[in-house]
Amino acid sequence: MQELIDRAKALLEDGTVRRVLGWKTGDLPYDPEPAYFETPESLKDFVYNGFCGANLSKYMIEASKLEGRTLVCLKPCDTYSFNQLLAEHRVDRDKAYILGVGCKGKLSMEKIKAAGIKGIRSVSGAELTDPAETLFFDTLYGKAEMPYRDAMLERCHVCRGKTHAVYDALIGDSKDTTDADRFDEVRRIEALSPEEKFAFFQKELSKCIRCNACRNVCPACSCRQCVFDSAKFDSAQKANADSFEEKMFHIIRAFDVAGRCTDCGECSRVCPQGIPLHLFNRKFIKDINELYGDYQAGADPTAKAPLTSFTLDDAEPNIVAERG
Amino acid sequence: MKRIKLEHLKALYRRISETRALYLPVRSAGKTNFAFWTEDAEADLDTLKTVKSPKDAFFPQSETLYTCRREGQKLHVEPEELANQDFVVFGMKACDVQGVRVLDQVFLKDPVDSFYAARRQHGTIVSLACHAPEETCFCKVFQIDCAAPAGDVAAWIAAEYLYWQPQTEKGEALTELVSDLLEDAETAPVDAEQAAIRAMVEQLPYSHLSLEGWNGNATEEKFDSPLWEQLYKPCLACGTCTFVCPTCQCYDIKDYDTGKGVQRYRCWDSCMYSDFTMMAAANSRTSQMQRFRQRFMHKLVYFPANNDGMYSCVGCGRCVEKCPAHLNIVKVIKAFGKEDP
Amino acid sequence: MPINQEEFRPLIVAFCCNWCSYAGADLAGSSRLSYPADVKIIRVPCSCRVNPMFILRAFEKGADGVILCGCHPGDCHYSTGNYYARRRMTLLFSMLDYLGVENGRTRVEWVSAAEGAKFSATMNEFVEKIHSLGKNVRLGDLRCRN
Repeated sequence: MQELIDRAKALLEDGTVRRVLGWKTGDLPYDPEPAYFETPESLKDFVYNGFCGANLSKYMIEASKLEGRTLVCLKPCDTYSFNQLLAEHRVDRDKAYILGVGCKGKLSMEKIKAAGIKGIRSVSGAELTDPAETLFFDTLYGKAEMPYRDAMLERCHVCRGKTHAVYDALIGDSKDTTDADRFDEVRRIEALSPEEKFAFFQKELSKCIRCNACRNVCPACSCRQCVFDSAKFDSAQKANADSFEEKMFHIIRAFDVAGRCTDCGECSRVCPQGIPLHLFNRKFIKDINELYGDYQAGADPTAKAPLTSFTLDDAEPNIVAERG
Repeated sequence: MKRIKLEHLKALYRRISETRALYLPVRSAGKTNFAFWTEDAEADLDTLKTVKSPKDAFFPQSETLYTCRREGQKLHVEPEELANQDFVVFGMKACDVQGVRVLDQVFLKDPVDSFYAARRQHGTIVSLACHAPEETCFCKVFQIDCAAPAGDVAAWIAAEYLYWQPQTEKGEALTELVSDLLEDAETAPVDAEQAAIRAMVEQLPYSHLSLEGWNGNATEEKFDSPLWEQLYKPCLACGTCTFVCPTCQCYDIKDYDTGKGVQRYRCWDSCMYSDFTMMAAANSRTSQMQRFRQRFMHKLVYFPANNDGMYSCVGCGRCVEKCPAHLNIVKVIKAFGKEDP
Repeated sequence: MPINQEEFRPLIVAFCCNWCSYAGADLAGSSRLSYPADVKIIRVPCSCRVNPMFILRAFEKGADGVILCGCHPGDCHYSTGNYYARRRMTLLFSMLDYLGVENGRTRVEWVSAAEGAKFSATMNEFVEKIHSLGKNVRLGDLRCRN
């Protein structure tokens, strides 16, 4: 991390960048917040460890409107989001100095708490220089530890690799964390009966509180005004009313980012109710791959997106629906 | 003081639900939230904090106010019935009970909110002491004692018993209803549990947070602080903090076209949303900084100014846990604390 | 709640493109070919005008089946609109299936202005299918029920 701070400091000092967009130490050992650093001194609060899950590419939409270049720390998965925003002309490549940072998998507080670890006073084993094997906790209720892998966010288990899709410089080591196929869960649901599928999604979505965290954190949800925020639209953006609202919101949101979603997993990370929202996005990604050829949003900012292109012999909707 | 073996709680739930709706923490799809008890519901008293606060019991996230129905040339307006069935909220924590008191200040003052008042009238609160407070808790800062929760009945879990102490008339009535399931108990185990809880609370990192400078007179000094401009930056403008909060009470009123008429309903609103202050002429808060500032100024300055110094934060720490950008009221209080000379 | 098939009159929403399918419906009418009155036609400028939200909204507000009719691929008045619609509907229908919505509540059919007979046959067939599926419960809003 010191290397990272030194690099950022040097770039701030020689005027290459006007500000640094990274993470600032929190109050608790696990709550770093996204932050801008404008002076070399302020970088003393800079932090980058296993708890820095936030994808900073969305903040670059605003940063692109500021004067001068912004140094942004992007993890491998975040760079896909940046590329996708670039393709949609929402960020300015010239305004960004992308420091690709290494990643050994990001941690989920939900999983740590679910493992019964509470009253956390300090954590070790989460630094980028650590081997990412075991996490050690000092808690109000005694010492605890858990394997790093068990505390990782779902998205890190299905990581598409630690290669940065776009960057100006790279720093820090990465570690392969992939140990599952990202479509396994989608396949499992596809194999259920319609009743079981419906019951599964009904149970998950009935937890939705319509806080819009999934939408607001999503780098693909970059509309200036969301259709669900329109006063003229009577499907409220904030009521979790009578069972259908949440479904419509989540189906439409997933559809509107279909072909643009890079599967960065932020929606599932931020959901306060732990709804596996990635299952919607991945279903679309899987269908797109199967029907229209493999496509990874954000891998190539000049590629034509699957929903804004077509071929003459595309599959017919009825056949797909019948096939399931 | 009464007690009941933990393994007999199901009988207690069953007994209560025979005559009243029972609302308690239920685990479903991996998360615990307050919900109505049914035979196959998985009651969960172990989880310290439900994701949503139990304020839903009195102030649901969305509720219909009235329905307009059209029949030919005639328009019928059918007001929604007020709550008229007794219900019990079981397992509310001390902070959440204080949250209801905050809501009372808003909804029971003139003009009284009849929907809320009816629910308050019919609801009985069984509170539960926090067996194992966590690092995100800071109820002590607001003089809340999580070892001695308010409520119609207070309860403690110690060893294999749930201890039960009625504290109001409503509480006595509920105790009467379930009296044959309860047995008399010594107070010693509860005293020990309380002492253990209080000792733990002393060690919590946020327990000694200073609220100095945050009061009803702080508007001028805090409002124009340049700190807001820095603090709001990571805010995503989602409504997570407001929707998990036990004291946030803002709502919006909207119409839903059912095809046969219109339902006018209200739903929680969030000051973090861009349309929160939208009026016919314009929007009075045009930046996220202003919206962000509003949330904290309301909780720590405007609310105490209008309610004899009562803060509209109860230190439950849900926002600390749930904010996607790890922003929260504690960070705001601390940032201002550092600023002050 | 058991549905009395005798009384069940499905509500079908048919989005028809202005240039082919709507004209096809017209031709069905002027040729005196019948199709059930349960079908409510909504004319759209092109099949690709139909946003997935339109379809979900129709279900939300009480439709039991939704069908989208457009020009045959290759014949779009705007050259390519229906190709885009085809991809969108493919993904949407697949998603609905994934969510556990009964297959067959949604459908896409290409109907040209000359195919009045196909229009009428398609609608008869679709209404029958929805009859067999019964009332839409999974995608409806409870507030729109009674």
